[in-house]
Amino acid sequence: MNESNSPAASESVVQAHPEHDDHHDVSKHIKKYLMVGGLLMIFTIITVALSYFDFGSHKANIAVGMLVATFKAGLVAAIFMHLSAERHLVYQILIFTTFFVLVLFWLTYLAWYDPVVR
Amino acid sequence: MEIPYTTTARPDTGLWNAKIGIWLFLASEVMLFGGLFSAYIFLRLDAAPGHWPRGLLNVPVGTMNTAILIASSVTVVLAWAALKMRQFSKYKFYMGITILCGIVFLVVKLAYEWPIKFHHFGAKITPAALEKYEPYLGNAHLREGGYEPRVEISGHLENPEALHDESIREYHIKLDAANAEPLNPDNDRPRFWPAPMSDKIAHVSKDDVQLASMYVPKHSTFFATYFTITGLHGLHVLGGVIVFIYLWLPVSARLYKRNPEQLANRVEVAGLFWHFVDLVWIFVFPLFYLL
Amino acid sequence: MDPSADLTSHAPAAHDPHHHDEHGHDHHELGWWRKYVFSTDHKVIGIQYLITGLIFLFLGFTLMMLMRWQLAYPGKALPVLGPMLNVLFGRGSMPEGIMAPDFYNSLGAMHGTIMIFLGVVPVAFAAFGNYVVPLQIGAPDMTFPKINMASYWAFFVGGIIMLISFFVPGGAAKSGWTAYTPLSVIADSGPGHHIIMNGQTLWLIGFVFLITSSLLGAVNFITTIIQLRAKGLTWMRLPFFVWAQFITAFLLLLAFPPLEAAAVMQLMDRLAATSFFMPTGLVVSGAALNISGGGSPILWQHLFWFLGHPEVYVLILPAMGIVAEILANNTRKPLWGYKSLVFAALVLGFLSFIVWAHHMWLTGMGTVVSAFFQTTTLIISIPSVIILSAFFISLWGGSIRFNTPMLFATAFLPMFGIGGLTGIPLAFNAADIYLHDTYYVIAHFHYIVAPGTIFALFAGVYFWFPKATGRMMSEFWGKVHFWPSLICMNVIFLPMFLQGMLSIHRRWYDGGQGWALSNEKVWGLSGFEWNVPISIAAWVMGLAQIPFIINFFWSIKYGKKVNDNPWEATTLEWAAPSPPPHGNFAVVPTAHRGPYEYSLPGRERDFTMQNEPIRDSDRRAYEAAAAAHD
Ligand code: HEM
Ligand SMILES: [Cu+2]
Repeated sequence: MNESNSPAASESVVQAHPEHDDHHDVSKHIKKYLMVGGLLMIFTIITVALSYFDFGSHKANIAVGMLVATFKAGLVAAIFMHLSAERHLVYQILIFTTFFVLVLFWLTYLAWYDPVVR
Repeated sequence: MEIPYTTTARPDTGLWNAKIGIWLFLASEVMLFGGLFSAYIFLRLDAAPGHWPRGLLNVPVGTMNTAILIASSVTVVLAWAALKMRQFSKYKFYMGITILCGIVFLVVKLAYEWPIKFHHFGAKITPAALEKYEPYLGNAHLREGGYEPRVEISGHLENPEALHDESIREYHIKLDAANAEPLNPDNDRPRFWPAPMSDKIAHVSKDDVQLASMYVPKHSTFFATYFTITGLHGLHVLGGVIVFIYLWLPVSARLYKRNPEQLANRVEVAGLFWHFVDLVWIFVFPLFYLL
Repeated sequence: MDPSADLTSHAPAAHDPHHHDEHGHDHHELGWWRKYVFSTDHKVIGIQYLITGLIFLFLGFTLMMLMRWQLAYPGKALPVLGPMLNVLFGRGSMPEGIMAPDFYNSLGAMHGTIMIFLGVVPVAFAAFGNYVVPLQIGAPDMTFPKINMASYWAFFVGGIIMLISFFVPGGAAKSGWTAYTPLSVIADSGPGHHIIMNGQTLWLIGFVFLITSSLLGAVNFITTIIQLRAKGLTWMRLPFFVWAQFITAFLLLLAFPPLEAAAVMQLMDRLAATSFFMPTGLVVSGAALNISGGGSPILWQHLFWFLGHPEVYVLILPAMGIVAEILANNTRKPLWGYKSLVFAALVLGFLSFIVWAHHMWLTGMGTVVSAFFQTTTLIISIPSVIILSAFFISLWGGSIRFNTPMLFATAFLPMFGIGGLTGIPLAFNAADIYLHDTYYVIAHFHYIVAPGTIFALFAGVYFWFPKATGRMMSEFWGKVHFWPSLICMNVIFLPMFLQGMLSIHRRWYDGGQGWALSNEKVWGLSGFEWNVPISIAAWVMGLAQIPFIINFFWSIKYGKKVNDNPWEATTLEWAAPSPPPHGNFAVVPTAHRGPYEYSLPGRERDFTMQNEPIRDSDRRAYEAAAAAHD
């Protein structure tokens, strides 16, 4: 028989650490939210400014622009969406999603590379 | 019958139902916008030189809209925090601002940005006639600077009948700055403040035009992706605003009295969606307006 | 006496004092509409999906029976029915009973669409998933009952839109179920066509509804399985069916949205004259199109098959889940290799996302790209083989009960085997250059979805019918349904391999009439002449479904009454009353063991339900089994 019959395997209860967002905690976070909001504003301006700066090639400009955007998106995800302290399960879902979305982007590159279309 | 874990977390996952639900939904949204962005990459890589226009969108307005969305992301998280601290009037205040931001964003998009494009005209010149219109295109100058060629003469269409009337053989275009002064180095690259339109009028023969179109989705793969992605994004904004309005109406006060934690959870879920919409815009803005 | 009566958790009677909980009053006051039509109960929704899906399956099959006339007797008038259909579908669809080419194309495209998106997915995933999964995991309902209802109605609207499209000018979509661009963008567009009310546009709009429905369902299923498992029901104690549905839901969740995006883009191409999928310089009927160009038809194919391949596993995984349950139950043995089954299914789900371009060998991808996809495609056959082998081994040495569900489930195995093995030549792009778009491909996937998945669905209907109604379907008529179906399926699809290898194209309107002149005969018939026996078998197959339909409805009212666990099964759904009341279990069940504890030594009965507490004798049995393993 498989080991799922042993009592130890029944309902693996993950250590349920206390809700990170209980009342006092939340009030502490407010400053952080405001700061991140300010940071995002500043980086928006930086994005705009950088796009008028010549990095040597247009490709380089695109790369820089995307880098800044990714950083901003990361801030939104990590702080506003609480991903910096989320449960396991959410990470698992997102890891798969990220993988598959990258596969999807990769396909567009492959298809573009396609000798018949080119 | 009561469904378990609607407001309290299940011990082994540490999550309540809707939290998992929204993250799964967002995962599918990632794939949805992933599909659209992969089309963007594909079409852009595939575009012939000069056929992926740049600098056609109004950067200051786009920047402002970006700022509005970011602000609304902050206020929605503050609204949630207020609920968590059981400060209901603060919650109403922040939520109200969020709703306002969402509406302003949509109004700017639908009442200003889109219509102004719909009234702008462009005529793509056939490869054979490019030489003939060189005074408006300045391709020799652009080639020197290592820039992509101009293939379009754009501006305000002075004789809109020409679009439908086959007997009119010319388009009369009040020129955009770039076509009016194609050699001006300021026009080589996109500008921050949109350059004012000139008074010059060009006559472009229909025989030399590959495709004449207002700045609508049909104009190019650029506008096709722009309108599709911002349109779908706009629908998401609209959906978010509707949900927020629902969470702001008096029903929320009743729910707050009965079960404040449940209201907080609902706001959190709606907020997660809203942040995602913001996150998508963070990519849309540079990809279409700037780069 | 009902042997499991002591373990069955019955719903409380109406006077039960515990019943007056917060929401208790809800379901006493539900009117007929809320109870049977706009219901949020997973069981009602499951049955709604089942009935709607079965109707669509039959409709899709009817379209194919019509096409088979044209293929067997190209250009001949269809007696009696033909002129009637011409009146029904109008616009010279079958003038004087002879099928028009456009109508043939519509039938083909809509057969595929209806069978896959309105038939198999709703029945395999939504119907069985909705009805059985919450019961098997001991849950009162799905996590989001209202979203569940929305999912069904989105599906319903999508289906209605597809049906309406048959009756608009120009007829239903005619560019294949894959809707390849630019053909699909040009079809039914331009002067003389309504901008919305035309086949392809309605197809796309309907499709967006269907995708939305699947997405809502997928979110609900995954959350339910994660959150509402009964106490003690760990992941490795889940019935294989639940695993199959779980993985299927993920496939739908992540693979469908890119196609939704693609459908929106194709809609834009049709409605706003954009060029997402339209190449530069396209000339149609001698005139250049007034579009910007610069788009790519290949982009559509990529986005389509990014869904399309995971979709084929959406069709097969739930079927495998059903078969697993029925095999274990009727061999009275634990399923062989449960863990490898689960693992193989997970790998299958994962890999199914990175093989899609094997549908596109002939688009001229570079050799590197082709080699990549060829490799992944061959790798994906490994988990499929693991699953099939585990099923076969499960049969080994069992004292098999050949009741109707078991007959269908056993037939699934070799049929799926043939379908899977014939996929392997297709996976090699050198071989596929010859076989692509021939009847060989049709035979390959129909062996999997028709005598494979559809048989599994029948098995599931026969198997869970007593749970939903408290009555059995007739065994005798079940067998009358099974044997002709099995024979007809093979007469239909086996010759298609031959036709394909003779390179008869899968979309020809005249059935490959030119092959009638060929001297190359297989068993006395040319490639074209094989159409006749195939078509006859298809029509007989249609007749063979009549016993099923009658049996189904007759048994709802007059079937033999049975207890809550007539198959003497082990999983939790059989611990609920038949039919289960709203809320399913009065006493929330607790799982104490794995899903397939049949013939456990030291037990007086040959099945031990998941909610039976562990006894000393069980412990001894586990230890003995573990020792035997070492
Ligand atoms: C076991 C390993 C399998 C392999 C190696 C395989 C391989 C292939 C390949 C290479 C094609 C493309 C043929 C062509 O268009 O020229 C194909 C088509 C197809 N396969 Fe499979 N397949 C497998 C299993 C399945 C399964 C499990 C299903 C599920 C139901 C399935 C359904 C289909 C369908 C529907 C098509 C045709 C789509 C169309 O063109 O309309 N296959 N298969
Ligand atoms: Cu495939």
